[in-house]
Amino acid sequence: MAIEELEIPVLDEEAPKSDGYATRRIRPGLFQGVSVNVVLALLGVVFLLPLIWLLDASLNPHASAALTTPAWSLKNFRAALAAGAGGAIKNSLYLAIVSTIVATVVSTLAAFVLSRRRVPFKASLLLLILFLTGLPVTLLLIPIFEIFVHLGWVDSPFYTSLVLAATSVPFTIWLLKNFIDQVPRELEEAAAIEGASELRILWRIVIPLAMPGILVASILTFINSWGSFLIPLVLDANPSSQPGAVGIYQFMSANGVVHFGPLAAYSILFSAPVVVLYLICSRWLNGGFAFAGGVKG
Amino acid sequence: MTILDETTEEQVDVLPKKRADRERIKPTTFLWLSPAGILVMALFIIPTVYACYIGFTNMQLLGPHAQNFSFTGLANFRQMIHDPVFWSSTKMTLIFVIGSGIIAQTILGFALALLGQRAHFTVRGTVGSIVILAWVLPEIAVAFVWYAFGQAGGALSQIIGRPGDDLLSTVPLLIVCIANAWRGTAFSMLILSAGLRNVPAEVDEAAQLEGASYWKRLFRVTIPIMRPTIMTNMLLITIGTISDFTLIFAMTQGGPGNETAILPVYMYIQAFQFNDLGYGTAIALALIVIGAILSIIYVAQLRPELRKAR
Repeated sequence: MAIEELEIPVLDEEAPKSDGYATRRIRPGLFQGVSVNVVLALLGVVFLLPLIWLLDASLNPHASAALTTPAWSLKNFRAALAAGAGGAIKNSLYLAIVSTIVATVVSTLAAFVLSRRRVPFKASLLLLILFLTGLPVTLLLIPIFEIFVHLGWVDSPFYTSLVLAATSVPFTIWLLKNFIDQVPRELEEAAAIEGASELRILWRIVIPLAMPGILVASILTFINSWGSFLIPLVLDANPSSQPGAVGIYQFMSANGVVHFGPLAAYSILFSAPVVVLYLICSRWLNGGFAFAGGVKG
Repeated sequence: MTILDETTEEQVDVLPKKRADRERIKPTTFLWLSPAGILVMALFIIPTVYACYIGFTNMQLLGPHAQNFSFTGLANFRQMIHDPVFWSSTKMTLIFVIGSGIIAQTILGFALALLGQRAHFTVRGTVGSIVILAWVLPEIAVAFVWYAFGQAGGALSQIIGRPGDDLLSTVPLLIVCIANAWRGTAFSMLILSAGLRNVPAEVDEAAQLEGASYWKRLFRVTIPIMRPTIMTNMLLITIGTISDFTLIFAMTQGGPGNETAILPVYMYIQAFQFNDLGYGTAIALALIVIGAILSIIYVAQLRPELRKAR
């Protein structure tokens, strides 16, 4: 029998594939199609209102709490910087970067071990880690504060960032472990046969392969630490090392009169890095946030 | 003669006790686990244990009991039971979590997911990005924007046509709930739209062919299939919302009076403004218990699905 005579089943390329969006085979009527889009767009506008106000208030030198017509000026941004926005954002940068580095390094090592090596009581450890991801910081804050006071570690950006790192570690370990689980082991085993040491295998093989997961985890930790409010509020009373969130809060409650314009500018300055990071991240993980992105099956 | 007869006592003692077919524990394992272990131990386990102790003392931030605090047994908890603010705070916390978190965010998120499923991809993409932007914004910025919206003369009072109304004073819990719903909807939207995509279209189409209306299909077919996703979503919302501090504290500081002092905020006020660390910790412990109870309820809801999946 020649090859050509074999009957090889072929996928029917023309049959419409089910993509979960039920609009393919049984089409809704035109009215339904239009009204769905209109309602969705209206909801979008409702959600957009506060953001529009924020932008408007930051650029409007006579900003107030009301929605007004825009008037362009950078005066509010200057006022925000004068109120300490620059310094506070620098502090936020320090806290976020240090906590991200610590959390990512610590979690990657632990995730690698939990994924690849035999660990005594591994199942219980993994359960504990999962449980810790849901433990609210509110319980830990007072005892950590007391311990830090005893150790003299209060009012220190470094130790505060350690606490921030710790709050991210359980989730990051869980995320990375699941990610590394999916990296094929053959490469590591081949390297081990070639005589590579543990460290070398980790550094040269596992980490490069797990890099997407590591980057996602570090971006999430960064965003988390950047916006952190309660932990720095309690652990660091030093006005010169306050991060942006605390800075905005102090600015809001200072002097009795709320300066909406400069505060809006301050908020935008503070939010910008995180929004940019999110945009970069979502461009990459098109699949993960596929609601907003394309319908790439 | 078997090997057992041939092996003498001394030989048994030197036989390797470890099984050769199981993976060895490598020494580097503990080395690499230790940074995480130390961090988690020092900043999670030890503080949790310490918190369980502090909750039963009269430790203060400043004042006579800052250094010389003593074990006071159930005094804090007795104080809690008789504290009307604690009970109203608990009620508020539940309203906040269930109303603004579970009900509002799930319904809104689901609505957005359902609409998005059928909408044109440009509308879906744009609206999705806007909603997600609200989520990505740092919490303090969200608090500030909605603080401004709720003011006398702010946008909300403009919209309802009574510009003089200070809504933040008259209906603070409502405003705070709206703010939280605005902020958190994106999470539900993402999870539920992923869940929707996993509903096999064939089932829905079969129901359509049988003549079922949209709402019937939604409630009798789609939602039951999505039950695990919905339950998981609610669990995650609860865990996230119950310890939420920044939004409310920055908007109202728990006020006016104690009208929006949900438990985390009340804990902070007691611990760091009234200097009563012991009582504050007791409140935090109560919060954990409430959270645990809610979580157990959800997990219990999920278990039938998990058993079926096996």
